[in-house]
Amino acid sequence: MIEIKNLHKQFGNLEVLKGIDLTVNRGEVLSIIGASGSGKSTLLYCINGLESIQAGDITIDDIRVHDPKTDLNKLRQKLGMVFQQWNSFPHLTALENVALAPRIVKGKSKTEATEKAIEQLRHVGLESKINSYPSALSGGQQQRLAIARALAMEPEVMLFDEATSALDPELVGEVLDTMRMLASEGMTMICVTHEMSFARDVSDRVAYFHQGIMEEIGPPEQLFNNPQSAHTRNFLSKVR
Amino acid sequence: MDYNFHWQPVFRRLPELLLAALDTLQVAVLAIILGIILGLLLAVLKMNATGKLKPLNWFARSWIELARNTPVLLQLFFFGFGLGALGLHLSPFMIVLAALTFNCAGYLAENFRGGLQSIPETQLRAARSLGMSAPKAYYYILFPQVLRNVWHPLTNQIVWAVLMSSLGMLVGYQELAGSAQYFASRTYRIFEYFAVVAVIYYILVKLILALSRLVAWRIFRGQGGV
Repeated sequence: MIEIKNLHKQFGNLEVLKGIDLTVNRGEVLSIIGASGSGKSTLLYCINGLESIQAGDITIDDIRVHDPKTDLNKLRQKLGMVFQQWNSFPHLTALENVALAPRIVKGKSKTEATEKAIEQLRHVGLESKINSYPSALSGGQQQRLAIARALAMEPEVMLFDEATSALDPELVGEVLDTMRMLASEGMTMICVTHEMSFARDVSDRVAYFHQGIMEEIGPPEQLFNNPQSAHTRNFLSKVR
Repeated sequence: MDYNFHWQPVFRRLPELLLAALDTLQVAVLAIILGIILGLLLAVLKMNATGKLKPLNWFARSWIELARNTPVLLQLFFFGFGLGALGLHLSPFMIVLAALTFNCAGYLAENFRGGLQSIPETQLRAARSLGMSAPKAYYYILFPQVLRNVWHPLTNQIVWAVLMSSLGMLVGYQELAGSAQYFASRTYRIFEYFAVVAVIYYILVKLILALSRLVAWRIFRGQGGV
């Protein structure tokens, strides 16, 4: 459902993506691993149009993301995104964080949006925090709130940008569990991650990015146990 | 020191003075409301220097520079005598309203800009990623956070507008200070009138500060206050 062809992305003179070709199928969980600065996160931002591209093409269900005629606000409703810095909205309660976008973007009634939001908060295990403000939540809870907020838009794909990197170690597990739950429910997911065990256990495929190039992609067993590229081998030997 | 205080004439005019205080409040509140709207606009324009917005960016910068770096009195004279010389005669009320709005918008624009820039850029990205258009993201996500950041400077500006409106008497606007001047000139109880008027201003400002605290408590208490 997501097709990326010969994608090039530059920040000024710095080329961060140097011709990426990648197809993600419906229901697939793809993990992207690689060193910082390898272009992994930038790829996610290009997919939902938060970053412009210099060459190539990204289509989502045959809609070209970077076509000026494309209504990005509409397209982004298909794409839920979870950020490294969880970005909960500090002036809204947990419930309002989740219920706002369905109401003002999708035009749902307040009652419907609220019911749906409570359902999503329960889904990620935050039913007891419905009326709390983000400042009263732990990092892990705020990240689960961010997941519920994205899910409330009923996206077809979830993009995770290092969703656990900014968390204290003891809070990583609860967020990964939530992501595992989503994967088991059949959500299409692209996860930029440094959690190798998550990539190995949950993904259908794992891609290794190296200096703006997709060095290698394949099923986790193959990529972790029998990497083909020297760069991949080198990276994996360091993170293990 | 053979001055005898005569408070009686002042107290007789107290109802008129209190009505004039309402005029003061009216022009200040209107100026603040317009100032907030224009100030937000100026702040956003000042932060966007690209493409079609470029001429507007220049306009916003000039407005802010002039409003902040010239005396309010001269701004008032510009809208009064300046425009008058060009054939555009505003009523005294409109002159004061225009000058205060011009001034408040300039100061508030810089407050808003600071308040906006202190919000992480990722908040806007998160909002946009949920499918919000840029205006919706600003309205629902950024501006409420800016409001909290600028609450105290905004309160200051309201107080400032109330006090500055007293300059209105120089262009013939009969607000609180203007009325006092008028009555004082008829009775020669100049000190008494202005002393009483000073007390009224003081009470007005204290009421505004109390109201500001109350409203802040009401809307920001969940977020840990301001």
